[in-house]
Amino acid sequence: MVELWYGITSVMLAAYVVMDGFDLGAGAVHCLVARTNEERRQTLAAIGPFWDGNEVWLLASGGALFVAFPKVLAVGVSGFYFAIFLVLWTLILRGLAIEFRSHVNDALWRAAWDFIFSLASTLLAVFFGAALGNLIRGVPLDQNGWFALPLFTDFSGRNPVGILDWYTVLVGLFAWAALAAHGAVFLTWKTNGAVGTRSHALGSRLYFATAILWVAATLATIYVNPEIFQALTRRPLAWFCLLVAVLGAVQVFFGLARGAHLRAFVGSSCFLAAVLAATATCFFPTMLRATTDPALTVTAYAAASDPQGLRTALGWWVVGFPLAILYFVINFRLHRGKATAAAEGHGY
Amino acid sequence: MRDALLWHRLQFAFTVIYHYLFPNLTMGLALLIVVMKAMALKSGDECWNRVTRFWIRIFGINFAVGVVTGIPMEFQFGTNWAGFSRYAGSVVGHTLAMEGLFAFFLESSFLSLLVWGEQRLNQVGHFIAAVALFVGSWLSGYFIVATNAFMQHPTGYAIGADGSLRLADFWAFVLNRWALMEYAHNMLSSVVTAAFVVCAVGAYYLLRGRHSEAAGRFLSVGTTVGVIAAVLVVFPTGDRQAKLVARYQTPSLAAMEGRFESGPMAPIVLIGQPNVSARRLDNPIRIPGMLSFLAYGTFHSDVKGLLAFSPDTWPDNIELLYYSFHIMAGLGTIMMAIMVLAAILKWTGRLARSRWLLWVLMAAFPLPYIAVTAGWLTAELGRQPWVVYGLQRTADAASPSVHAGTALFTLIGFCGLYFVIGVLFLFMIGREIAHGPVEIGAEVARG
Repeated sequence: MVELWYGITSVMLAAYVVMDGFDLGAGAVHCLVARTNEERRQTLAAIGPFWDGNEVWLLASGGALFVAFPKVLAVGVSGFYFAIFLVLWTLILRGLAIEFRSHVNDALWRAAWDFIFSLASTLLAVFFGAALGNLIRGVPLDQNGWFALPLFTDFSGRNPVGILDWYTVLVGLFAWAALAAHGAVFLTWKTNGAVGTRSHALGSRLYFATAILWVAATLATIYVNPEIFQALTRRPLAWFCLLVAVLGAVQVFFGLARGAHLRAFVGSSCFLAAVLAATATCFFPTMLRATTDPALTVTAYAAASDPQGLRTALGWWVVGFPLAILYFVINFRLHRGKATAAAEGHGY
Repeated sequence: MRDALLWHRLQFAFTVIYHYLFPNLTMGLALLIVVMKAMALKSGDECWNRVTRFWIRIFGINFAVGVVTGIPMEFQFGTNWAGFSRYAGSVVGHTLAMEGLFAFFLESSFLSLLVWGEQRLNQVGHFIAAVALFVGSWLSGYFIVATNAFMQHPTGYAIGADGSLRLADFWAFVLNRWALMEYAHNMLSSVVTAAFVVCAVGAYYLLRGRHSEAAGRFLSVGTTVGVIAAVLVVFPTGDRQAKLVARYQTPSLAAMEGRFESGPMAPIVLIGQPNVSARRLDNPIRIPGMLSFLAYGTFHSDVKGLLAFSPDTWPDNIELLYYSFHIMAGLGTIMMAIMVLAAILKWTGRLARSRWLLWVLMAAFPLPYIAVTAGWLTAELGRQPWVVYGLQRTADAASPSVHAGTALFTLIGFCGLYFVIGVLFLFMIGREIAHGPVEIGAEVARG
C-alpha cells in the first residue's frame, strides 16, 4: 500500500510536469515565438483553455502527498518555506497575466503582462527543477526530524547546504530547457503560421540543448547522490523508464523532422514523464534524504499514513482520477485543431 | 517558535479572508448564472442571454482572482502549520485531496468553456458548462467546510500509535453533522452575497437610467433568490449552527455573548462591550431569557458563563469574537429586512420607481461581505485556543522550523501583492460595470 501511494504521488507529480509543463514552456518561449499582438493572442489561445486545469495537478499532487505522507508534507514544505512562497507568488503573477492581459485593449498593458507571463514561466521552470535537485541532493534534517534551508550558501553542494548550489541550479537549467522545449513542441502542434514555424525551429534547438543538459545532470547526479545509481542496477522498472525516455526524445526529433507534430508532442510528454518516473523509481523508498546523517533520512514507510487510511484514500482516488482524465479528454476534444487568436474581447 | 505564532495566525487569517472574498461571490453567483441561463434557454429571449453573459464576465474575473489567491491556502498548511499537518494530515488530507480531484479539475476544465466557449458550444452545451461550474464550486465548498468542521468538532478519527490522528470512520468524518449545518449556512450566505451584488448593479443601472431592461432582470433574479436565501441563512441554518456551538463549544458561546456568570433565564445581548479584565459586560442592552431559549429550547435552561470553565480553555480573543458575532448577527437581520422589502416591492411592480430602496440596494452590497467575514471570524476565534477542538492547541500547530521574522516577511509580501491584486481587480470590475450588459464591440459599432 505504501509502494502504491508512492507510485500514485509520483504519477500525479509527473502528470503535473507534463501538463503544466507545456503551458509553462509556452510561456517561457512566448516572447520569442510570438512577436505581434495577434501572434501572442494565438499562443495564449493555445494554452488558455488548459493552463488552469494543468495547474490543478500541482494541488492534486500536494493533496496526494498530504493524505498519504503527511509527515513529508509537514517537514518538507515548512523546510522549503522561502522557496515555496517564491513559487506561490510567481504562480499568482503568472495566472493574473494570462487572465488579465487581453481584457484591456492597450499596447502598454499587454506588453507589461506579456513580460510578466514570460518571466514568471521561465522562473517557475527553473524553480521546479531546483526543487527536484534539492530532493535528490538531500536536506539538512536535524535530530527532531525538521530542517530549514537558506536560499543559498557557498554553492558547493556540501553542508551547510542551501536551496541553490551548483547542482540544483544545473537541474534547474535542465528543467528550463526541457519545459521550454516541451512548450515549443506543444505550440508547433497547436498553432500555425509564423508562430508554428518559429516554435518548430526553436523546439528542435531546445530539445538538442535538453539532451545535452540531461546527460550533464545525470553525470552530476551520480556524483551528488551515488545511492540512486546503485538502485538503478537493481531495478528493472527504472531501466524500462529510461528506455521510454530515450524513445520519447527520439520521437520528438523524428516527429519534428517529418511534420508529425502530435507525435513529437506525445514523445516529449513521454520523455518528461519517464525521466521523472526513473528518478522516483531509483529514489524509493527515500522521501527526504538527510545530508546530515543517513540515519535521519525519512523513508516512505516511516512517513506514510496508517494502512486503513491509505486504503480509504485509494477508494475515492480510483473514482476521482478517471473523472479528472475524462474532463481533460472533453476539454482537449472541444478545443481540437489549431488555436487561432480570438476576436477582441472574446478570449485570451 | 512561539513568537512566530502570532505572525503565522495573522498571515493565515489575512490570506484566507482576502481569498474568500472571491469564492464567496462566485459560489453564489454560479447558482444565479445557472438560473439566468435556464431563463435564457426557456424563453429564447436575447436579453436574458445578455444578462447571463454580463454576469459570466464578472464571474470570470472573480474566479481568476479566487484561483490565484487560493493556491497559497493549500500550501500554507505545510509551510506555516506543519505541526497541524503532521498531527492531523492523515485525516484532513482526505478532504483537501478530494477537493483537488473532484472539484478543481471539474471547475478548471469547464471554466474557459463557460467564459469564452459560448460560440464553440451550442446553447445547451453552454448551460451544461454553467451547471458544471456550479457543481464544481459547491463541491469545493463542501470539502473545505468539512475540513473546517473537523477542526471545530472532530469526528471519525482515532489516535494512532505515534500520537498523531488517523482516520477511523470515513463517513463519520465526511458527513460530520457540524459540516452539514456549517455548509448549509455558509452556502446560503454565499447566495445572499451574490444576490446583493446582482441587485446592487441592477439598482445602479436603474438609478443611472442605463440598461433598464437588463437591470430589471438583475433585480428580479436577485430579489427572488436573495429573499429565500436571506431568510434561510438566519433560520433554520444560523439558529442550528448556534445550537451546535452551545452544545459542543460551550465556552465559545459564552465568549460570543460576553457571558461570564452561569445561570438560567440567560439574556441575549443586543449591544454592549465585553470587559474581560473585570469579567463583565459593560453597558448591555439585553432581552431576558432569549439566549437560554435559542441555545437550548427553554427559557429555564442553564447557560454556562466563562467563569465556569478554566481560563486556559477560553477563546484567546474574547472581544474580537464578541464583536464579530454581533456584527454578523446584526447584519444578517438587516439584510433579511432589506431583501424582504425589495422582494415585496419587486413582486408588486413598484421597485423600479422607489428610488430610495434602489439607493439602499446599491449601497448595501458590502454588507454580506462584512457579515460573512465576521461569521468566519466568529467560527475561527471561537475554536481557539484549539486548532483541532479539544485535541491539538493552536500553539502546537505552527511550523517549528520557521522563525518569527521569516513569517513576518512573507506576511508583508502578501500584503503588498494582494494590494496590487485588489487595485487591478477593482479596475477590471469597474470597467465591466461601466461597459454594461451589452455585446462587446456593440458600442464601437454604435459610434
